[in-house]
Amino acid sequence: MSIRLHNIAKHFGATQALEPIDLDIQEGELVGLLGPSGSGKTTLLRIIAGLENADHTPTPGKILFGERDVTHVHVRDRRIGFVFQHYALFRHMSVYDNVAFGLTVMPRAQRPSAQDIRARVYRLLEMVKLEGFANRYPAQLSGGQQQRVSLARALAVEPDVLLLDEPFGALDAKVRQELRRWLRHLHEEFNFTSVFVTHDQEEALELSDRVVVMSNGRIEQIDTPETLYRSPKNRFVFEFLGDVNYLEGNVHNGTLTCGDAHLTVDLPDGDEELLLRPHEIRLAEQPTPESHLPVTITAISPVGAEVRVELEADWLAKPWLATVRHADFNRLALRRGQRLYAHPRHWRQFSEATENTIAGTHVA
Amino acid sequence: MQRIGDAPLVRRLLIVIAVGLSGLFLLLPLVAIFAQAFSQGVGVFWSNVSDFYTLHAIGLTLGIALLTIPVCLVFGVALAWLVTRFSFPGRRLLQTLIDIPFAVSPVVAGLIYLLLYGRNGWIGGWLDSYDMQLMFSWPGILMVTIFVTCPFVARELIPLMQAQGSREEEAAVTLGASGWTTFRRVTLPNIRWALLYGIILTNARAVGEFGAVSVVSGAIRGQTNTLPLHLEQLYQDYNAVGAFACAALLALIALLTLAAKAGLEWRASRREAFA
Repeated sequence: MSIRLHNIAKHFGATQALEPIDLDIQEGELVGLLGPSGSGKTTLLRIIAGLENADHTPTPGKILFGERDVTHVHVRDRRIGFVFQHYALFRHMSVYDNVAFGLTVMPRAQRPSAQDIRARVYRLLEMVKLEGFANRYPAQLSGGQQQRVSLARALAVEPDVLLLDEPFGALDAKVRQELRRWLRHLHEEFNFTSVFVTHDQEEALELSDRVVVMSNGRIEQIDTPETLYRSPKNRFVFEFLGDVNYLEGNVHNGTLTCGDAHLTVDLPDGDEELLLRPHEIRLAEQPTPESHLPVTITAISPVGAEVRVELEADWLAKPWLATVRHADFNRLALRRGQRLYAHPRHWRQFSEATENTIAGTHVA
Repeated sequence: MQRIGDAPLVRRLLIVIAVGLSGLFLLLPLVAIFAQAFSQGVGVFWSNVSDFYTLHAIGLTLGIALLTIPVCLVFGVALAWLVTRFSFPGRRLLQTLIDIPFAVSPVVAGLIYLLLYGRNGWIGGWLDSYDMQLMFSWPGILMVTIFVTCPFVARELIPLMQAQGSREEEAAVTLGASGWTTFRRVTLPNIRWALLYGIILTNARAVGEFGAVSVVSGAIRGQTNTLPLHLEQLYQDYNAVGAFACAALLALIALLTLAAKAGLEWRASRREAFA
């Protein structure tokens, strides 16, 4: 079922948690709300759920599930599934009773028979791979297991939309990875519309069909993970989606100078700041006529697919982080204290005034 | 390696102090009460207890406690719910106001009620014109008893409900549960031990209350005399055995209450161990 939000805003007292927001989510889509804490993402999710009311003044907003206007529909009648960050399992009920809860509280006329409830609960427990845990209590389960129970509980009532509030936030990295993949799987299999909140950009980019990047109660950008990463609309999105290196300097006649470093750029004269991703830096033993950026290696971390190298220099306010392929790392025989030259393959510049993005590419 | 504060000397000293003080101040008086009550034999004890006025006092006391508990229960749950689940201006003030019955001397509480509801009082005068009398009758005793006991249940519930938060209730509502179902199936099971504990404390206080009740009851024998008031009258009449027989009854109620509390705690801890 599609979700359409129109002019949804929220104040808590005098502080504005959400500026008026419009958002369209297609049927069957898995959408991530991504932002730092305080960006309004959880508030937005809770408003979709009906756990929080949007502002009525100055102009009332509207929430549609498909063609159904649910703006004034109570949470319990919205037919949503909600998964809480800290699971919120009923601690005094067994796993079975937790999953069955939504079915047993249905009005008598709609309530399935005891056998049907039993069958459905066991089917759900099988789906979340917890068949053997029906009689356990939440306190006897690990965090990952509890979250799976809470997911089964939410899905038991066959909701129109599934809403997840930082579903994996309280779990350790490995379990989180596993549950992420598993949720993606489940989503593809059952094709419900889901919205989840996260502050982890990797999680948002990996899991979502589209990502809604939020900050300070505003939507900064809505795009597919690929578009988002390739062409961030503004500086906030670019900075939030990954590590950033900064190069500040003065441009004169197409050359940016900063201390004893200089770089040929296609920018008008004036003070400028360039932003680079760690993988956009190439390290070499020699400078080129276009690029003269002397750096010293201060730390090396060879863990993972790439080697992470920390670079420092007099002309740098903050150290740079560069990622180097293991092959290049071996070829250059990098070591701590080594002096090298950095060559930007690609950089970006965000103009605050015009909100324009200028990108430059060097043949490096 | 020895843990901090685990030196044998310190440990023994603390044990001696704790046991000694408990014996001197708690156990000895309790034993003395029963010894005095039975000092002239079981027969005299029994004739004192089965005396009409004593029986009436017992009935009144238990009746008042029985009426007080449901009122305090509803009041306490509603108040705890309000304070922990909603945020509104004056919430902190309300939380402080709950403690007034604890902070105020019971005698003062009784006097305030007399002032308000007595025949010459602001509300009492008006009620009197409709021929309703609250003071010096059992409704007055009930009112002051409720006043002095109303914080117990709320005080037990508020910290627990604050710690538990409202997530489980939110989850229940997203699953389609109505307000009553949510309360019955999610909230109540989570707070039931605290609730029972609150009831036990309320009962203990309602049975034993002296100060506030003595101001508003008028202590009319066979009519408005509660057990603690009756006890005092017997003592004033130099009927020591009678007084101690009543004291023994009150002590017995207190012991039963303590046993109930201990039983509940034992069951709760066993539940946790198994859960």
